[in-house]
Amino acid sequence: MMEHQTPTIPMVSGARPDGGHLEELRTDPIGLLERLRAECGDLGRFDLAGRDVTVLSGAGPNEFFFRAPEEVLDQAEAYPFMTPVFGEGVVFDASPERRREMLHNQALRDKFMRGHAATIAREVTEMVAGWGEEGEIDLLDWFAELTIYTSSSCLIGRKFRLELDRRFADLYHDLEQGTDALAFVDPYAPIPSFAKRDESRLALVALVQGIMDRRESAGVPAEDDRDLLDVLMSIRSDDGSLRFTADEVTGIFISMMFAGHHTTSTTASWMVIELLRHEVAMDAVVDELRGLFEDSDDVSYQALRAMPQMEAALKETLRMHPPLILLLRVAKEDLEVEGRRIAAGEMVGASPWISNRIAADFPHPDRFDPSRYLDGREEDRANPWTWIPFGAGRHRCVGAAFALMQLKAIFSVVLPAYELTLAQPPETYRADMSKMVIQLQQPVRVRYRRRGA
Amino acid sequence: MRIHIDPDLCQAHGVCESEAPEVFVVEKGSDVVTVRDPAPGPAQRSAVLAAVEYCPTRAIIIEDDDEGGT
Repeated sequence: MMEHQTPTIPMVSGARPDGGHLEELRTDPIGLLERLRAECGDLGRFDLAGRDVTVLSGAGPNEFFFRAPEEVLDQAEAYPFMTPVFGEGVVFDASPERRREMLHNQALRDKFMRGHAATIAREVTEMVAGWGEEGEIDLLDWFAELTIYTSSSCLIGRKFRLELDRRFADLYHDLEQGTDALAFVDPYAPIPSFAKRDESRLALVALVQGIMDRRESAGVPAEDDRDLLDVLMSIRSDDGSLRFTADEVTGIFISMMFAGHHTTSTTASWMVIELLRHEVAMDAVVDELRGLFEDSDDVSYQALRAMPQMEAALKETLRMHPPLILLLRVAKEDLEVEGRRIAAGEMVGASPWISNRIAADFPHPDRFDPSRYLDGREEDRANPWTWIPFGAGRHRCVGAAFALMQLKAIFSVVLPAYELTLAQPPETYRADMSKMVIQLQQPVRVRYRRRGA
Repeated sequence: MRIHIDPDLCQAHGVCESEAPEVFVVEKGSDVVTVRDPAPGPAQRSAVLAAVEYCPTRAIIIEDDDEGGT
């Protein structure tokens, strides 16, 4: 091997003396990431308040990123903004073994999906029951509330879900809003969204404490009437006191629900918006549903499986509006990627937003075109390392199958029964990129009207 | 046909086990699927293809033997 200095990875323009690219990451992360790829190519750096972040894109670097084991690229250290949301000792503070175990959540395995589909269909049906003949909703509010009910019902139990209402959803939303990138510098900096995050977490703990107190005084429930909260409450110390406090239980529940909540509610909102912007795609999805549910409107797992038009529209929504735009790791050792060196301790990122829009892999990347997944084109399968709305490799979203099933179940109930229309000019539906958890700028209003018989 | 699992991709969701229980099994506590029969006969072919198709992480790789098939 030649003795030479490995070329360094270029730095994107626009770093400021105070904080480098932190302010830009907080206000216009897409602008930063797109400029980085335009200027630097597959490997480029930005400066996150004094810490270098190498952003990889393209199939080769992405494959390296997604195949790297935890010992090489560590996920735990990369998301400091999650600790105050989950609470100490939950998920991202746990050991890799513990995390893998949690990742291995039994509730997400294939054999549970059919039951989850029925649970979700019931929750959606109950929520639209209050709609009446016509009206208007804010998509983000509506889907955020719905997915609190579906995720709590599927992951914790229907019994716990029935003790929740809109308040839980609103507090949860405030938690998600507490993910400002400033947390990379100081997760407890005195800014309003962090203060609100901490207040809402306390309010959630108080709600859970109330539920636990009621259950404690009601006595031990029957074996067939137990949900996850009852199970957690059945674990006692020798003196009979609860092993898990309300604070810990809340942390466990928040972390279980977190990954699937804002992601699903945002994707569902964008799906509606894109279908309303693209009538041909909407008609294809609705026609497909009518065909499938002609004989029975039972939203079962089998029926959910093959919906090529729906799946194509969902995949295209996810490609264009990935709920996470920057996935991060910390390099645990010195690395060489494509002949360039990354030093131990630096951050390394892959960007679903950037990779999902590489024109060589996805022709006309800014065009919403579900047909890219149909008729043998299958651009998702052809590009497993750049079609990455769920990430890829060992840290690929374990809830991906659940999420797609849930979205299909939701739209199977809503779309055949109601005609939706945009209530705002089409260009006013925009992403809100001001937090690491990407949502939509509100209002996100649409009108609904029950379809004629 | 010969079956391989990419261990970097497999997350043991168990879809393959539902599709082809004689070929795949998710063993308790394991985070990668176990291939019970790495060279299944033609009778298993359609079940294995369904497992490949529906695997949520695309972790199953099949190679056809020298029959000219792809």
